[in-house]
Formats: sequence, C-alpha cells, structure tokens
Amino acid sequence: MNENRIKVHPILPIPERKEISFYWNGKLLKALEGEVISSALFANGIKIFGHHPKDGSSQGMYCANGQCAKCTVIANGIPVKSCMVEVTLGMHVESVEGLPVLPQVDEEPDTSNIQLLKFDVLIIGGGPSGLSAAIELGTNGIKTLLVDDKNELGGKLVLQTHKFFGSVEDSYAGTRGNDIGKMLAEKVMQNPNIEVWINSTALYVYKDKKVGIIKDGVYKLILPKVVLNAAGAREKFLRFKGNTLSGIYGAGAFQTLVNRDLVRPTNKLFIVGGGNVGLIAGYHALQAGIDVVGLAEAMSRCGGYKVHADKLKRLGVPIYTSHTVLKASGKEEIETVTIAQIDEKFIPLVGTEKTFECDTILIAVGLEPVNEFAEEAKTAGIKVYSVGDAQEIAEASSAMFNGKIAGLKIAKELGADIEEIPQSWYEKAEILKSEPGKINSMIIPTDEDGVMPIIHCIQEIPCNPCITICPTNSILIKDDPILGLPYYEGSCIGCGKCVTICPGLAITLVDFRKDKKFPIVTLPYEVSNHRVKIGEKVRCDDIDGNVLGDFEIIDIVDLKINNKTVLIKIKVPKSFAKKVVSFTIQKEEVTLATDKKPSDSVIADQEMVCLCERVTAGEVRELIKKGIVDINQIKALTRAGMGACGAKSCDNLIKQIFRQEGIPLQEIEPNTRRPLFVEVPLGKFADGK
Amino acid sequence: MFSFDVIIIGAGSIGVPSALALAEKKLKVLVIELKTSPGQENNKKAIGGIRATHSDYGKIRISQRSIDIFRTWEEKFGDDIGWIAGGYSFPAYSGEDEKKLKDLMKIQHSFGLNIKWISPQEYNELVPGINMKDLCGSTYSPDDGSASPLLALNAFYFKSLEYGAEYKFREKVIDIKKSGNSSFEVITGKTKYSAKYIINTAGNCAREIGKMINLDLPVNPDNHEAGITEPVERFFSPMVVDMRKAPGSANYYFYQNNEGQVVFCITPEPPILGIDNDATSQFLPLCSKRMVQIYPRLLNLKVRRTWRGQYPMTPDGFPIVGRVKEYPNFINAVGMCGQGFMLGPGLGEVISSIVTDELTEEDQKALKSFDPYRNFSGMEQFK
Repeated sequence: MNENRIKVHPILPIPERKEISFYWNGKLLKALEGEVISSALFANGIKIFGHHPKDGSSQGMYCANGQCAKCTVIANGIPVKSCMVEVTLGMHVESVEGLPVLPQVDEEPDTSNIQLLKFDVLIIGGGPSGLSAAIELGTNGIKTLLVDDKNELGGKLVLQTHKFFGSVEDSYAGTRGNDIGKMLAEKVMQNPNIEVWINSTALYVYKDKKVGIIKDGVYKLILPKVVLNAAGAREKFLRFKGNTLSGIYGAGAFQTLVNRDLVRPTNKLFIVGGGNVGLIAGYHALQAGIDVVGLAEAMSRCGGYKVHADKLKRLGVPIYTSHTVLKASGKEEIETVTIAQIDEKFIPLVGTEKTFECDTILIAVGLEPVNEFAEEAKTAGIKVYSVGDAQEIAEASSAMFNGKIAGLKIAKELGADIEEIPQSWYEKAEILKSEPGKINSMIIPTDEDGVMPIIHCIQEIPCNPCITICPTNSILIKDDPILGLPYYEGSCIGCGKCVTICPGLAITLVDFRKDKKFPIVTLPYEVSNHRVKIGEKVRCDDIDGNVLGDFEIIDIVDLKINNKTVLIKIKVPKSFAKKVVSFTIQKEEVTLATDKKPSDSVIADQEMVCLCERVTAGEVRELIKKGIVDINQIKALTRAGMGACGAKSCDNLIKQIFRQEGIPLQEIEPNTRRPLFVEVPLGKFADGK
Repeated sequence: MFSFDVIIIGAGSIGVPSALALAEKKLKVLVIELKTSPGQENNKKAIGGIRATHSDYGKIRISQRSIDIFRTWEEKFGDDIGWIAGGYSFPAYSGEDEKKLKDLMKIQHSFGLNIKWISPQEYNELVPGINMKDLCGSTYSPDDGSASPLLALNAFYFKSLEYGAEYKFREKVIDIKKSGNSSFEVITGKTKYSAKYIINTAGNCAREIGKMINLDLPVNPDNHEAGITEPVERFFSPMVVDMRKAPGSANYYFYQNNEGQVVFCITPEPPILGIDNDATSQFLPLCSKRMVQIYPRLLNLKVRRTWRGQYPMTPDGFPIVGRVKEYPNFINAVGMCGQGFMLGPGLGEVISSIVTDELTEEDQKALKSFDPYRNFSGMEQFK
C-alpha cells in the first residue's frame, strides 16, 4: 500500500509523517496524518471517488482547490469535498454513488450570532501578490487582515519548485518559488499589524459592505475599508470528446497533488497547453518521477518561455506544436489520448492523428482572473484593488512587484506617511508582466581556451539573475536591463554560479583549461530521482533537444550552496562542447504512439461543457442554433452553470461555442453570477462559534 | 407599424402564460420584454412552490387551474417541468398557531381543498427528523407541490412560439398612446407597435407602465432573498412553512425540489422596500439559524447559491387583475405579491378570456378578489 507516494524529490524535502488508518468503502487503508482525503486516496491508487447521479460518469479529482465538488466523498456519513477535508484516524470514507444521503441529526444544533470584525484592509489571498502587499501595509502601520483558503501561506508559490524568473532586486529571481513563499510568509507572520487567517475561504463581498469568510470552519463577517483582491486565477477547461473521464484535470490540481501532498497521481502523463503552466507542470512531473508522454500546443509555438519548453524537450518530452486533442478514451479512467495536427484555422488534419497511452491528461490552456471579489466590492461601494493574477495573468515575479506597489498605494491612501511611488516602478511593473518576446540567434563566444559560460537563452523574457550573480561582472545584458538577452564578455573564473542560478537551466560552462580537444562541460541538473553516476554515458542534446551524442560524466557536484541544482561535468569533443545543454533522461519508448484500440464508452464519446450538471456541447449548440443568445436561458434549460462550481468551467466553453456559431460576444447576454461560489454547509451560517 | 391583436408587456410569470393562452386562441400576440430571454426578472427567482391552499376563493381557484396545468404538462406536451406533488405543510409550535391553522382549514375545506391536520408523529414521517419539541401538529395538503420556474416558463414560452406568439426581447416600452377608438400604440426604444389590447404584466415595472396611461397602480416591490443547496437523496416530502415570527423575519419556508436540492426563502420583517438584487450579509445567518432549529438535519447540507428578487406587493396582498375603466382594452395583471409563478398558468387562461370576453361565472367570481377597483384595506389571513 501507499505505493503512489513520492519518496525522493530533488527539491522538496520528504517529511516523516505518522501513518494512520482509515476505511475506504469498508476496506482498511493507510494515510498520512494531516493529509486531505483525496491525497490519501490517490496515494492508495484510488482515483474514482464515485459516480454522477445523472449519467453514472466517474467522479474524482478536478480542481483540488475546493472550488468544485467533483471529488465529493462521504466522510463519517457526511458528504464533503475530499480535497479540503483532512483524513482522520479510523475515518469511514465512502464513494458517492448517485445522490448522497443526508445524515440524520438528532440534537438540536447550537445557534449563535456571527462575529463582525473591522479592519482597514482585507487581503483575499496569501499568494505572491497578497503577501507582498501585506508586507508593505503592515510595515506602514495599516491594520490588515490577510485570508487564505489553504493551510499554508504562499499560494501557488508553495507548488513552485523551480527557480524564479524576473529580477533579483525586485522579485527574488533565481530563488525557488517555494523558498520565496516561505520568506514572504515569514515576513508577514512577524508583522504585528497583519492578522493572518489560513484555512479561511472568502465567500462573498455583500451589498452591506461586509465580507463573509469561513475561518477554520467558523463563519465570520469582516467590515474592511479597502479590499485587496489577490485571489489569483482559475484554470480554463477544454472541450474534447471524453473530456469528462476521470484523470483529466488542471495543472494546478496536479501540482497540488505532487508538490504539496507528495503524491504520485499518475505514471503516464499527457499535457495539453504549452504555456508556462503546462511546461512547468511537465518539468515537475519529471522531477517527481512521472513519465511525460508528450505535450500538445495548438499554436505553432509554445506560449510559455522558450527555456521552459527547451528544458522539457532536452529531457526527452516531445512537444507537438500546432496540435490539438481529439479525444480521450477509456472506460472510466483514461487509457489513451488522441491528438492531431491542426491547420491555421485550428481544423484537425485528417491522417495526422496519433494515439498515446496515458492515464492522466493535464489541461493547461490558460488562466482567467478570479475577479468576482472585486466586482462584488465595487457593487457594494468598497474601495477595491486587484493584484497578481486576479488583476492580470502574469508571472509570480510580476505579481510580487505589483503587490508591493498596491500595498504602498493603499497605505498612502489610508494616511500612511509615504513618498510618492516613483514612475519607474510602474514601468518596471509593466516589464515584469511581459509576454515572452522574440527569439534571437545565440551569442557564442569564439574563444577555445580558458573557461566561459555558454548562454542558451535566446528569447527576450523578463529575467536577469545571471547578470546579478556573476562575481566578475562578466555577464552583461543587451538593451533592456531585465528583458534584454544576456551575453558573456569578460573574465570567467569558472565558479559556476550562473549555471546554478539560471531558472531556465540554460547556462553551461565550457572549460578548455585541462583539455582543449575534449573540454569539460558543466551542466545543471535537477531530476535526482533519475540518478546518474560518474562514469555513465549520457545522451547529450543541444538547446532544442537534438541529440549530439553519448558522452561520459566525469564528475557530479552536489553542493548545498547550489540551491539543490546538481552540477554534472561531462567530457565532450570540442565541436559539440558549446552546443551541449543537457541530456535526455526519458526513454524514447515512453513517448511512442500506440496502435492499441482504446476501450470506448458512451461517456468517452461526449464533449462535456458543464461537468457538474453533465451538459454536452451538442445540447448547448442546439439551443444556440435556435437563436438563444442569453446564457441565463441556456442555464435555465440545461442547468449548465447551476452546479457546485458556479459556472467556473462552462462559462468560457459556452462562449466558445457561440463564437464557433458566428455570434459576436457583444450580442451574448452573460451568465448572471450569484453567490456562493463555494458550497458551505447551512449549519455554518447558523452558528458563529 | 407592426400591428397585433394583443401586446403583452413583460415576458415573465404572467406574460408568458397569457401569451400562450391567447396564441392558442389564434390571436396575434406580441410580447415585449426588456431582458434578453423570458423569465429573467422575478420568475426565475421564484422558489417553485405551488399551492392551492390559500384562504381566498380567487387565489384558490386560479391556483387550482395552475396546478392542473403544471401537473399535466409533461403528460400532454412531453416537457419535464420538474413538477412534484410533495404537498405543503404548516407546522404549529403553539396552541395559538394550531388554532389559527385549524380555523383556516375550515374555510379551506369549504372550498373543497384537500388539506388535513396531522399529528406530530405523522409529520415526523413526512419530514423525518423535524424538531418535535412543542410541535402540536401540522397542516398537510398533499395536492400542492412544486415545479421548476425555469423549466416551466421556458416550456410555456416555446409552446407559445409554436402557437404563433411573437416576442421582442431587449426592448423597453417607453410610452403607450391611445390611437383611434379601439387601438393602442406602443413605443419602444427601437420602434412602434399597435394593438387592440394591451396587457400589463410588467411585474416590478407595472407601476411605471400604468403611469403611461395615467394610472397609478399601487404596486410596490419589496426584496426577498432565497437560496438553494446541493442535491441529496430525497429525504422529506412537503414544503415546510414556519409561520412564526422572529426578530428580523416573519415566516420562512423550504422544500426539496425535483433535483433533490433544498430551496429556501425568508420574509424579512420589516419588509425591505425597493428593488435591490444584491446579496446581503444578513440573509444566510437569519434563515439558516431558523432552518437548523426546526430541522437539525439541514445542518450538513451545503448551500450552493443564493439570489434576491422582489415581491411586487399591493397594499392588501392580492393581485390586481382586470380592465381599466377608462381604457377597457388595457388590462392589468400586476402586483402578484410573490405568487406570480403559481398563479401564472391559471391566470394566463383567465386573462385570455378577459380579452375574448369569454369569462365564465366562476372566472368572474375568482377575479373579484383581484378587482383593480376594490378597497385595498383588507388583508389575506395567510399569504
């Protein structure tokens, strides 16, 4: 039992935790103390948590964030979201088959009034932007309440095991996301002006200017002067046949399972979406010892940073650009995924279909801001700001800097004695939000003696730690001090600091000092569960993952000061030395297409729009063809959007169908959003104690 | 100019069934609606309860007609509108309330309604786990029930289209003019229409429409919030109406709908006048506290969504339905006081008979309760 746990991780420590037993449908299983039910089930290889009352489709993990109800189980008789509730010793957990039965309650429950608390600023979300804003507010003496629905501060930073981009001075570039999260959280916790509530879900900003929050299971009302919406983003979903099978979920859920709960939810993963989220999730999968069969991206180029895409390709993950997912197949869980090439109008090209075996498909096709708190606050007439992804989707480095600006701005508005925020800060804030820019040709030093860094970073992205860290100031940057391309010019001493700090793992050192014909190349490496040994020959590849040849590892340097990046030294012929960036770890057979006929089911043939209420794209399209332009009428007729999640997935998908049917967005009546966005037991509102 | 036999203003709980009944009688009907689709104002905010067990002849008869339509709709036309005959119940927790309810039952029996008094034990079988402390018993009217306002109104809408009714959405009626002896001109933000008959079914906006013909309709909306939970296996049958008053609220009520979701609503006391659709922080604590006290089992049921709508109220709690003296072809069907959904289908038929001058004696008797020219000082015993 407990086979599906991560036992070795290159970055994350594996804490010792007490084993406890619980029951799953009457069977005794082991869990780790403190983990949520869903992770305990995944660790035991259980991925199906029940079947939908409407069509019997398998239900399981979807958001891992308490936002939907797909992972509902019955725990000690009560229907709960398994991703939010801790498993306890002896807990009886059962699958939900059809509608759950509401347990009998014999005692008349206690009721009491709800506590009302006043704060100057309420920050919703303790991720990079919320924490950064809180630090500024607290430092300037503003009474601030920061709430976060997780049991640990840091937001998505907690899940980011990779080193950060951005600039060293403004956003801790080169430091790993999870370490930044800890640093910011510590600053916040130490500030006496900031009250922090973890395990606290903000529900709604009501018309009477009060904000409802469930704190550790107790409902509270907050009356803030200013609301700072730092609630982040939610993932968009995708329409394809079989998109409702168990084992299809967002990259966020995946990272939660893997990097927070140290569970290995899959053995063979396929990723859809080549933005940074998808690319990084792929890298995290490899770090967790999970095979990544491939990654499909609809555009002709990945939308994420080239260094992220390159990193994946070099480790042996094929990236299929201009490809879309046609279908997922399987009985209840996924057995295969079929992709196809698409033309410039995104129409799949017949004959280009490829089918791969996999057990999980990650959807990473973009994010959208969680903007409801801001809208509600505006309606209520409370001053409100949004920061981070809740304002605009960008990297966490940008979220931190923008959070800092917002914090100062609010502090100033509330009367703190602060100087004007310099214009240059706003400019920098914009730079940090930059999308990946154009790709240039590589700048390769011509020298064939001494030692030098080779910088395999040829796309303009907001990132500069290599420049900051070089002790001899030999790495310079062209044009913009953050966005420009770094290049080497000067006197390298071969310290390797640039190799270890580069978040893109895109810098190598080539050392001709000992052997001019076979120089030693130093490569960064972070996949420790795929162990390499001195003397072993590894299949080296260039920036784009093209194989250069098999070369021998002559040394492995694993120093604490290297921030968990291992330096691998390889002897490489002179002609390849400046081209080698990495080596393949994933065997080719993992990524090969299959001829296997997947077992089909009725469910797998459906293109689902609303997962909660089981509404297909076909049903929605039929209504649109009838002339319906009101999403609320579609909702009334099909129930799409009336489920537990509150139209978080289907809203976008329905709009896409409108677009496909040629109806412009401005003609469509949008869905009316109503509270609550997260389901809460009735009893919580009845008792404020 | 586009001309019609009848123009209905408002595609809601009353407008759509009226269009259905009129179009079925082959009249050329146009419904003008400001929103983008039918039922987007207070119809969709109704919680779906339907009862004939009122205390007034008019409401009883019209609701009975409605129940017949709701009950047989699927059988006749094939659309599921979520009808369940779960019944209504008014539990009594004091001798005083018991007496009030029993007195009322005498009147209800005189109208032939199927309602009876059941013991606390019998009630506990219908609503297993209901708080038995001080429970004196309950009324139970098994012929009452519920349907989905969303599905029902859309079913009526699509059927009315089949019968030839026309709808103009996203159009605001700006003015109504009398043109010639026997017709009206309706001016909207987009164009003009003419019709022999006008029916004002404008809900919240009824008063505004009335003003266009210099009529001051005493319709004043007040705000009510409602909520719905996750679906669970059916565990109780009737609508539970707790008639007691408590600080901040008059009665409240809840039932389990066709999907297994519990729908609930509370009557704020004092009333919150005006039109405000934004959620308040008071509603959930106020309503939940009372609900878990009377029915502890609801404790673990998760609230999924809440919303806020209006009861277009009249001074005496009765609708205003009938012709305008000065303009007999202008018919008001307004001020439904929160009962538009349950009265709608029956009222639609009666309204069509007003237009075609086919009112039966029974219709006329029923309409007396809704007489626009009545003295508004009365009050229904239980609304």
